[in-house]
Amino acid sequence: MKTSLPQTNTFLGSLLIGGLLLLIALSFFWTPYDPLGLDLASRLKPPSIEHWAGTDEFGRDVFSRAMTGARISALISSFTVIIAVIFGTTLGLLAGYLRGWTDRALMTLTDALLSFPGVLLALGLMVVLGASQFGLVVALGLAYMPAVIRVVRSAVLSIREKEFIEASLVIGNSEFYTMLRHVLPNAIAPIAVLATSMFGWALLSESALSFLGLGVSPPTPTWGNMLASSRPYMETAIWLGIVPGICITATLLGVNLLGDSLRDYLDPRTNGS
Amino acid sequence: MTDTSRLLAVSGLRIESGNGKVVALKGLDFEIKAGEFLAVVGESGSGKTMAARALMRLLPEGMVRVAGSIMFEGRDITTMSVPDLRALRGREIGMVFQEPMVSLNPALTIGAQLSEGLRLHESLSEEEMARRMVEMLRRVHIQNPEACLSAYPHEFSGGMRQRIMLASVMLLRPKLLIADEPTTALDTLSQREVLDLMVELAKDFGTAVMLITHNLGLVARYATRALVLERGVLVETGSVANILALPQHPYTQRLVDCLPRREPRAPALIEDDAPPLISVRGMRVRFAGRRRLFRQSAPVTAIKNLDLDIYKGETVAVVGGSGCGKTTLGRSILGLIEAEAGDIHFNGMDVKFHSRKARHAFRLGCQLVFQDPYSSLDPRMRIEAIIAEPLRHMPEMTPKQKKDRVYETLSEVGLSDFVGRYPHELSGGQRQRIAIARAVIRRPAFVVADEPVSALDMTIQMQVLGLFQKLQSQYGFACLFISHDLAVVEQIADRVVVMQSGEIVEQGSRDAIFDSPQHAYTRALLEASPAVDLNLLRKGVELAPALQQ
Repeated sequence: MKTSLPQTNTFLGSLLIGGLLLLIALSFFWTPYDPLGLDLASRLKPPSIEHWAGTDEFGRDVFSRAMTGARISALISSFTVIIAVIFGTTLGLLAGYLRGWTDRALMTLTDALLSFPGVLLALGLMVVLGASQFGLVVALGLAYMPAVIRVVRSAVLSIREKEFIEASLVIGNSEFYTMLRHVLPNAIAPIAVLATSMFGWALLSESALSFLGLGVSPPTPTWGNMLASSRPYMETAIWLGIVPGICITATLLGVNLLGDSLRDYLDPRTNGS
Repeated sequence: MTDTSRLLAVSGLRIESGNGKVVALKGLDFEIKAGEFLAVVGESGSGKTMAARALMRLLPEGMVRVAGSIMFEGRDITTMSVPDLRALRGREIGMVFQEPMVSLNPALTIGAQLSEGLRLHESLSEEEMARRMVEMLRRVHIQNPEACLSAYPHEFSGGMRQRIMLASVMLLRPKLLIADEPTTALDTLSQREVLDLMVELAKDFGTAVMLITHNLGLVARYATRALVLERGVLVETGSVANILALPQHPYTQRLVDCLPRREPRAPALIEDDAPPLISVRGMRVRFAGRRRLFRQSAPVTAIKNLDLDIYKGETVAVVGGSGCGKTTLGRSILGLIEAEAGDIHFNGMDVKFHSRKARHAFRLGCQLVFQDPYSSLDPRMRIEAIIAEPLRHMPEMTPKQKKDRVYETLSEVGLSDFVGRYPHELSGGQRQRIAIARAVIRRPAFVVADEPVSALDMTIQMQVLGLFQKLQSQYGFACLFISHDLAVVEQIADRVVVMQSGEIVEQGSRDAIFDSPQHAYTRALLEASPAVDLNLLRKGVELAPALQQ
C-alpha cells in the first residue's frame, strides 16, 4: 500500500516533465502557427479547432506561443537553479566545514544579500549585467545563491560533528577528500528539496523581471511575459492567463514530484534492499 | 502471600503495534509487592520499556495493548478513566527516565518543575511547598538547595539532574517508582550515588521500585527479585541470588555467562628493554572557554602535563569518571585534538603534527574505534566501501590484493554476507564489528578504542570484546582502551591507568590496580563499580538450604 504512492508520484512527475520536454523538442521544428505572426483579423479568439488555446490581443496563436515560451522559461529556470546550486553548495560546504573566519565572512555576505528581496537583488544585478537572457540567468542565480548557502551550511554543520567524519580523517584521508566523499553526499537531500522549489521561484521571478522589461523582451514569448500581458484581458479573454498558468503549475508539480523521488532514490535508507 | 501486600498485578499483558506486525510483549504476568525492589532485566527489544510504559498507560504512538489487565491496588489501570489516571500518575506511580539531559525542561527553573507535581496533587501553601522541596533536595545531596530552586537545569551535571529528577518524583511519595535505565547515561560514581539515594528514599517512604536495566551488576547490588525478559516473553523470575547463581533458562544462562570476568591474561610480550611503541611526554590540552555575552570564560584544561608509555601489543585501559579527560587523551594522541604542549614518539620517532608527512605515516599506523556505532559509519556508503576506504592510502597493494583483504577482514569479523549492505541495515553490534574491521584492515600497530562496547547489549558486548581480543592476539596491535566500565576493563586490560581531572592519579598492572588500589579515587571507582561476584553468590545459594535445615 505504502510503496505504491511514491511510485505513482514518480510516474506522474515523469509524465509531466516528459510531456514538457517533448513539447520543447517539437517547438524547434514545428508549432501550429508562427508564435510571432500577427493576425489582427482574429484577435482575442477563444479556444477553437483552429486555435487550440485561442489567440491573444494581436491575434497570435496562444498554443504556439506557450510551446516556444516553454523553451525559454524552462531553460532560464534550469540554468538559474544550476548556478545557484553549484555556487551555493560550494560556498555553504566551505563555510560549514571550515568554520572560523571563512564561515563568518561568508555568512556576513549571505546575510547582506538576504536582506534584499530576491527579485530586487536580481533587478540590481541586471542593471549591471545588461538585460539579456544571460544576464537574467546570472542575476537570478546569484540572487538565490544565499538561500542555498544557508541550507547547505546548516546541514554540513551537523554532519561534520558525526563520528564518521573523524573516522575518515583517522584513516588518513585529506580534509578536501572527506568533504567531497563523506560530507557532501549526506547533504544532498536538503539540496535536492531546495533546488526543486527554487525552480518554481525562478519561473515566477523570470516573469516578474520580464514584466518589468528587464527579462526577455516582449515579442519573444515566455510563460512569464505571456502571463503578465494577459492581465488587462482577465475578464474578456481568460484563456490568455489560464494557459501559461497551467503550464507553470504543471511544470512545478512535475519538478517537485521528481525532486522528491530523486531524494528518496539517493537515500539508501528509504531504498528497499 | 496476602493480597494486601500485593501492590501491582499484571496478567496476560500483550502489546502490539497497531497493524499487528510487531509484538512487543507476548502475554506478560508479574506482580510487585509493596515496598519491594524488583528488577526487570533484558536487552534491547525485550519489551522491558514497553512493560513499564504500559503501567502508566504511556505507550508510544502506534503501540497498543491488545490484551491483559494491570491491577494497581485493586483498580484496573487499563480501564481507568482519564481523570483517575491523571490522579494516579505521579501521585501513586512515579517514573524516572533514562536521559537526565532531556527529561528536565530547560526553560523552567528547578523549583517550578518540582512544584508542578505538588500543585497538581496536593493543596499546599507556597511556603509549605518550598519547605518540602528544599528538604527533598537536601536529601538527594544537592548543595545549597534554596539556590537550586531558582536555577535552571543546564547548570547541573547529568548525575545531579538525575538526583533532582528523583527528588521531583519522590516529593509525592508514590507507592511505586518505575526507573527506566536511570543511570545508563551516567558514569560509575554518579550511578552509585543516584541508585543508593533511590534505595534509601524508597525504603524510608515504603515505595516499591521497578528498576529496568540491562546491567546485571546493578541487579545484584540493589534488587531482591528479578524478571528476565527475552523478546517479549518472561523467561525467568525469582530471587536475584537464585537467578544469578543458578540460572535455569538458557537465555538467562547466556546473560550470566556474559558478565565480564577477570581471567588470567598471558602477559603481553614485552621485551624488557624494548622502547615503548608510543610515548607521550608532557602533554597539555586546553579548550577555549565558552563565549558569554560580554566576556570569554577562562580556558578549560582537559589534560595537564601527562606522561604515558604504551608498549607493543599491550592493552592499556584508561578509566575515570566523565570529564576526567580520557576521551581527550585518546583523540590528542591521534592528533585529532591539537595538544598545546608535549611530545609524542611513535616507534622512537618524534611525531610532529605540523609536519604533514610524519602525521600521515603516523595515521597509517594508528586507528580509532568509536563509541557510537550509529554515527561512526557513513550512512551513504556500502559496507564494502567503508571497509575498503583505509586501503586507499596503501598504494603498494594491487586492487586484487585490496579486494582479497576486504573479504578476509569481513570474514574475520564474521560478516561476510554483508558486503553490499548499508549501515542502517545492520544492528548495533554488527556495525561495531564493521568499525573494528575498518580499524584493523591496515594492520595498525596501535588502536585507540573509545568506549567501544558501552552502547551495546550485554551479550553483544561480550561478542565484540571477544572479537577484539582475538584480532589483537592475531595482529598484535597495542590498544588504548578508554572505558568507564571497570568490569569490562578488568576483563580486557593488561595495564590500567586511572585519570582524574586531566591527570593520571594511578597506574599499574591490572591485578595491582584491582586488588590493591593505592589512590583514594581509584578505590572510590572500584567501590562504585557494580561487579557481580558469582562465586560468592553461588556459595550463598548453596548454603541457604543447609542453613534452613
